Amino acid sequence: MSPTLAAAAATGDLVSGATALVRSLVAEGVQTLFGYPGGAIMPVYDALYDVRDSLRHILVRHEQGAVHAAQGYARVSGRVGVCIATSGPGATNLVTGIADAQIDSTPLVCITGQVSSRVLGTDAFQETDVVNVTAPITKWNCQITRACDISEAVAKAFYIARTGRPGPVLIDFTKDAQIELTRFVHQPCVKVRSYVPRAIPSRAALAEAAALIDGASRPYLIAGQGVTLSGGEAALIAFAEKTGVPVATTLLGLSSFPTRHPLSVGMVGMHGKYGANVKTNTCDVLIAVGMRFDDRVTGDLNRYARQARVIHVELDASEIGKNVKPAVALHGDARETLEHLAHLVSPRSHDAWLAEFRACDAIEDEKVVRDELSPASGGLRMGEVVHRIAEATAGEAIVVSDVGQHQMAAARYSNFARKVSSVTSGGLGTMGFGLPAALGAKVAAPDRTVIAFIGDGGFQMTLQELGTIRQTGAAVKIVILNNSFLGMVRQWQELFFERRYSHTEMNNPDFVQIAAAYGIAGLKVAGREALSGAISAMLAHPGAFLLDVTVERESNVFPMVPSAASVSDVLLEA
Amino acid sequence: MLENRTLSVFTENRVGLLARVTSVFTRRNVNIESLTVSESEVSGIHRFTIVAHVTRELADKMAAQLEKQVEVIKAFVHDEAQVIHRDLALYKIELPRGGGGAILGRVLGDHGARELLREADFCVIEKTGSPDDIAALLIALEPFGVLEFVRSGSVALTRPMKKLSAFLNELEEAHVASW
Ligand SMILES: Cc1ncc(C[n+]2csc(CCOP(=O)(O)OP(=O)(O)O)c2C)c(N)n1
Repeated sequence: MSPTLAAAAATGDLVSGATALVRSLVAEGVQTLFGYPGGAIMPVYDALYDVRDSLRHILVRHEQGAVHAAQGYARVSGRVGVCIATSGPGATNLVTGIADAQIDSTPLVCITGQVSSRVLGTDAFQETDVVNVTAPITKWNCQITRACDISEAVAKAFYIARTGRPGPVLIDFTKDAQIELTRFVHQPCVKVRSYVPRAIPSRAALAEAAALIDGASRPYLIAGQGVTLSGGEAALIAFAEKTGVPVATTLLGLSSFPTRHPLSVGMVGMHGKYGANVKTNTCDVLIAVGMRFDDRVTGDLNRYARQARVIHVELDASEIGKNVKPAVALHGDARETLEHLAHLVSPRSHDAWLAEFRACDAIEDEKVVRDELSPASGGLRMGEVVHRIAEATAGEAIVVSDVGQHQMAAARYSNFARKVSSVTSGGLGTMGFGLPAALGAKVAAPDRTVIAFIGDGGFQMTLQELGTIRQTGAAVKIVILNNSFLGMVRQWQELFFERRYSHTEMNNPDFVQIAAAYGIAGLKVAGREALSGAISAMLAHPGAFLLDVTVERESNVFPMVPSAASVSDVLLEA
Repeated sequence: MLENRTLSVFTENRVGLLARVTSVFTRRNVNIESLTVSESEVSGIHRFTIVAHVTRELADKMAAQLEKQVEVIKAFVHDEAQVIHRDLALYKIELPRGGGGAILGRVLGDHGARELLREADFCVIEKTGSPDDIAALLIALEPFGVLEFVRSGSVALTRPMKKLSAFLNELEEAHVASW
């Protein structure tokens, strides 16, 4: 403890470690947390009872729901998401969400109970070494065995989770630390010696980047989640409008640039836009902002943007050169760097170059989009459902998706008119993420419409959170794009495994009845005629709503860059 | 080119950091050839010396991922030519009988090793040197009957390297950097 803290501590109240923890959360500005109680965390739950009117605790139905809800909350609010679980199985149930938050840079503080320090390492009841289990999937973690260390650790956890490239932090509290008495004093953490969350690109690098951009005839910008995390959306728009650079986004970068902006060329990646992919291999300067060249974005790295001079704007130094070696590295915050770079570049326009993207769009419209949005025959298509909802919400909704074909349809056919409007599991591709994340998103933004597109497979991974939606009254609009298949896997089986549909067909229950059992309104839609009316009914309904849409069973998502192929070899059809 | 490279990693002294440091290697399926942890010249700062058989490019990427760990201060990659490293080995051998004593004396002299301890029926030999030197002595001692052998990981110092205190100063400057 620092001397100033020690002096202050002398005047603090004597409280239990559990109360110190809860007061620390309040001092850090926490308003909402998601959790599930159990033996090793009961003292903390008892302390939560004292503040039940001021600190909102949302009781989930499974700890995985708590962590995904905290992720949805964090992604939409820009604040640190908080979840809490007991030791052993409670803690291990958090693992998937922690790994998801780590790979998708989501700020979380996860609190777990632990057996008493006296019995650590003895295989005590519900003892799991959660600090070791989560070491590779947390930005930082620690175990607290003494009440006097709680406040400082909590402050440090919040500081680390939200600064720099955000990520999940876990603190494991032994039960005796929760019970022991301590003097509570809270001091926010402002610095950790070994950790420098800020970075500022050198003047020389900025000048070099500006010169490259000014000299480019086919510049191309790909925006990742770093833009959203830095609050850099307006800076990106200003930069793009000044330089005339076409802007694509990654999956996690969706909504960082308005879908219908004249310079928007759509999403890159495995199921991204045709033009956004192929032009990567003809641009002369590639400006990558707050993105990490994930393999689902790049395809075969040996055939990715080899002709381009790459400018990489990135806050995490370990991402620079990890997959793509940049000509100029701008190690810094996306918003700040774009703002500074915008001053250094000259106004330009690149109409002929932009027209090349539009020519690709015309091909894609013809080969893929037209049939997806207004098919001549057959069952409903995922794209048309997403498109109708996007029109009905005027692009103002928060779109949450689970993982699979419907996720790609949601990404491709939503219209993001507003920033911070897309929440999906990108890096980990976690089925079961959608429903709890949508709950968290709605809690964070109660005034916004939250649409959750979920597959019939993924819905059944976390559908128990309907109970939480019921209990909180969160008005989430759940749209199940129901093909009675694990669609994305089936698509791969069709294309790459000779249609051998090994264990991907689903015999599903009636989801509307399930919703009804939870007291949640719903409708089942199978035909095109009923779709618009059902969407209107869903949006008009004041509470949560489940729309079960029967879609074409064996439809595929295109375009597609087959794994390990080059982005130039993006397929428009099978 | 794949070769042995040494990483010097300076960290805060904290429980659990070892697992985080090693996982940067193990998650890429890179075997750690040797690892030692000790204090550094600055109190409170620990120094990991890690030897791995990797390309320079991979070593640099792993160094960046090590530095990403909140409690890692700095990670340096050194090529073999830049480092002076030493291992320590102990050999327990049967006490030579008859003329064996003189032969053992010569072997130890040739290898720059010394006898650390002698009991009624065995003695303990100590040798510091490169891994190759240590292996060579092991072969030379085999005829005497090696009862036990143990070797430390490498500790390494580099020829050219800024003082750690200079990096700590740079770190302080980085904390307050502004546009
Ligand atoms: C937890 C988890 N298990 C398995 C997978 C592999 N996987 C990716 S997409 C997919 C199918 C998803 O099916 P569904 O939820 O019905 O959505 P659809 O693709 O049909 O839209 C599967 C099994 C995964 N991403 N996550």
